[in-house]
Amino acid sequence: MAAAEFDIPKLKDDIEIPKLREGVMAHAKTFPAAKAVQDFMGYPHELGEDWKERAIDKMGELLGKYRSMKVFLDACVHCGACTDKCHYYLGTSDPKNMPVARQDLMRQVYRRYFTTAGKLFPKLVGAKDLTKDILNDWYSYYYQCSECRRCSVFCPYGIDTAEITMAGREILNHVGMGQKYSNEILSKVHKIGNNLGLPGPALEDTLEGLEEDIEADTGVAVKLPLDVKGVEVLLVTPSADFFSEPHVESLIGYAKVFHAAGISWTLSTHASEAGNFGLFNGNYESMRKVAMRIRDAALELGVKRIVVGECGHAWRVAYSFWNTLTGIGYGGDDPFSIEMQKQLDPTYPQPQHICELTNDLIKSGKIKVDPSLNDDLVVTFHDSCNVARASRMGTEPGGQFIIPRELIKSVVNNFHDMADETIGESTFCCGGGGGLLTDDLMEVRVKGAMPRATALNNVVKEHQVNFMAMICAICKAQFTKVLPKYGFNMSMVGGVHQLVSKAIKLD
Amino acid sequence: MGLSTVTMIYAGMFYIAALVLVVGLVYKIVDYSRTPVPLKIPTTPAPTTRSGVIYRMAKEVVVFESLFKANKWIWVFGWLFHFGLLLVLARHLRYFTEPVWFWVGIVQPFGKYASIMMVIGMAGLLARRFLVDRVRYISTPSDYLMLVLLIAIGLSGMLMTFVVHTDIVALKAFFLGLMYLDVQPLPQDLTLLVHLALVALLMVIFPISKLLHAPGLFFSPTRNQVDNPREHRHIAAWAARLDQKN
Ligand code: HEM
Ligand code: HEM
Ligand code: SF4
Ligand code: SF4
Repeated sequence: MAAAEFDIPKLKDDIEIPKLREGVMAHAKTFPAAKAVQDFMGYPHELGEDWKERAIDKMGELLGKYRSMKVFLDACVHCGACTDKCHYYLGTSDPKNMPVARQDLMRQVYRRYFTTAGKLFPKLVGAKDLTKDILNDWYSYYYQCSECRRCSVFCPYGIDTAEITMAGREILNHVGMGQKYSNEILSKVHKIGNNLGLPGPALEDTLEGLEEDIEADTGVAVKLPLDVKGVEVLLVTPSADFFSEPHVESLIGYAKVFHAAGISWTLSTHASEAGNFGLFNGNYESMRKVAMRIRDAALELGVKRIVVGECGHAWRVAYSFWNTLTGIGYGGDDPFSIEMQKQLDPTYPQPQHICELTNDLIKSGKIKVDPSLNDDLVVTFHDSCNVARASRMGTEPGGQFIIPRELIKSVVNNFHDMADETIGESTFCCGGGGGLLTDDLMEVRVKGAMPRATALNNVVKEHQVNFMAMICAICKAQFTKVLPKYGFNMSMVGGVHQLVSKAIKLD
Repeated sequence: MGLSTVTMIYAGMFYIAALVLVVGLVYKIVDYSRTPVPLKIPTTPAPTTRSGVIYRMAKEVVVFESLFKANKWIWVFGWLFHFGLLLVLARHLRYFTEPVWFWVGIVQPFGKYASIMMVIGMAGLLARRFLVDRVRYISTPSDYLMLVLLIAIGLSGMLMTFVVHTDIVALKAFFLGLMYLDVQPLPQDLTLLVHLALVALLMVIFPISKLLHAPGLFFSPTRNQVDNPREHRHIAAWAARLDQKN
């Protein structure tokens, strides 16, 4: 890794809005995808002669397929309300990381080729011909957006920069400028079934090892079943849960919950990945292809419920898109979705988040917990962006904030939230979401984590918080890597089910 | 009595401007509504029912709720401007209705002073474009000019209201004449001619500029979608075709 040295931001008492420093992040470029990967994904691997036409054609195609893109590119009034809302702007002070400026990278081209005003008076409305410089700006700055949607909360028209970023990446892919990290992961999941490229036998070994660990630890034979047909629940979880720390602690937590509640369940080799990097490139077909693995596994195994583990973007895709993409959900009246839906147990939401499941079990007394087992911890909760602003839990709007907190408070005695403007719908991204969780973007990741680190630092100082719980595999990986740069111990980071795992009573 | 050249020019100008405005807006609105929305993307927490969405949208339109969360200065200036504009336009309806609608009569005195709100709001927004480095960075020439245009319309109107009055009766006859295809002479005060020329320009610009934010807001999927993806299968026509291949 040849990433250059960079200064780590100093944490202040408040998250300050920096003065603009133009171009300071233009050098941050994610590694490009190599030929083999681009070939596999069906994209070119270098700019051809006709790159400009390809880019404009693709843009036109996307404008015809996605109303969001068309409305968002037209409607922005440049009011500036979003300019100080992005963690990457706050952390880097590069003006092109302001949400509206990130959109304008595309809007300038849209106006030039697709609008009357931009065709007639380009200078007046800031319209520009597409050039290689602009394409390079896209490549830099569309990979400095974690698609976290914080900007869309504050925009008076709900303009979601993430939609523009996704379109930008899709166009870049089609002219031959793919990202190594995301596209390699997508090809792994298409070939093997999970983002890590962990094959079936390896998965089986890992799970057996974990069963032994749990038994040694608790004296109870908690199982982690794989590919078992006819059970009630299929658990789909990010593959990082199988072997990364601290992720695996949450996996152990889920297994204990199923065990204690007496719910029969299984994992699946074919669907050994809840994550769906198709989302990050805004490619519907690719996202659908990844999601179809879960439908196929569910049909094959004959399960009645589908439950999703701790992962932010995976929960967005599962909650918001699975029904659309794969028919996992309710209300479909076409043969494709009926085939899936008639198999599912209508007394449960489909898909269901593991926090919804565990919280219900604790509240109804079906499993018992002892929160004092977590008395060494003072806990706070990091709302992951995709859960917070692109999904829900439970039946009421905002359940995605309430349910995880209820669950945490039932298994720990000491809990303090971070400042209001940094949680809930205003939560700050960890800095590593949306396809940025790669070492070649370390500078972007560290700087983008500044707002969250500031908020965390304040509860550490005020309430001696020593554990930040979260429900996202990317957040966990990102924070264990970047928080130490701000002087925090990486053991502060962990899953909600890691807390459940410690407090749950197994007999 | 023959009609003056100025009257003929203004009559033609308003017919063209009205045509551009209506055709342009209808085209855009039809285009927006025909463009599919393949995925559920409301910014959550979002309402779980249609009536909830109507309430959310009403809050955005009437009190600029998201903007209020974002930035109090833009909100104050923006809201003064738009609410002022609304009252001013309501007051203007008296030029186009005979007899004047009851509520338009009531609005008259408010509309008069709302012009002050409107211009103060716009002055504040314009000042931000010069003073706040982030807003200066994102502003294009058209962003400044749009505000200058609207301020010029406002000030020329206020000049007539408060200083150099024009012949309102004749003006009304002119516009009613336009509406009934029977052109009447237009009073020829300079202020009025400037006011009207700028208004015609605004009408032409409307459907090809960021003023599309007004219809656009209603089509914004992050604001107008119901949060019920688990209960209802949402599918676009082009995407449904993919299901058949399985
Ligand atoms: C449904 C009706 C409308 C809604 C909900 C609406 C809402 C908004 C909002 C929230 C803003 C951003 C805040 C601000 O800068 O004020 C804005 C900006 C703006 N609106 Fe509207 N608007 C509407 C109609 C109109 C109309 C009819 C006009 C003009 C004739 C207009 C002209 C403008 C202009 C010029 C700006 C940009 C101000 C600036 O430069 O900062 N709006 N609008
Ligand atoms: C064809 C359309 C329009 C006509 C015929 C028109 C005509 C007039 C007239 C005659 C006045 C003077 C009223 C008086 O002396 O009491 C006036 C005032 C004014 N106009 Fe217009 N105007 C038009 C469109 C607009 C538009 C689109 C705007 C705003 C964007 C506007 C903003 C104003 C303002 C702020 C005033 C001063 C306050 C008031 O008296 O309401 N006008 N207009
Ligand atoms: S989606 Fe998030 S990362 Fe992207 S511009 Fe908006 S606030 Fe920044
Ligand atoms: S808040 Fe919305 S309308 Fe305002 S500048 Fe940002 S994207 Fe544009």
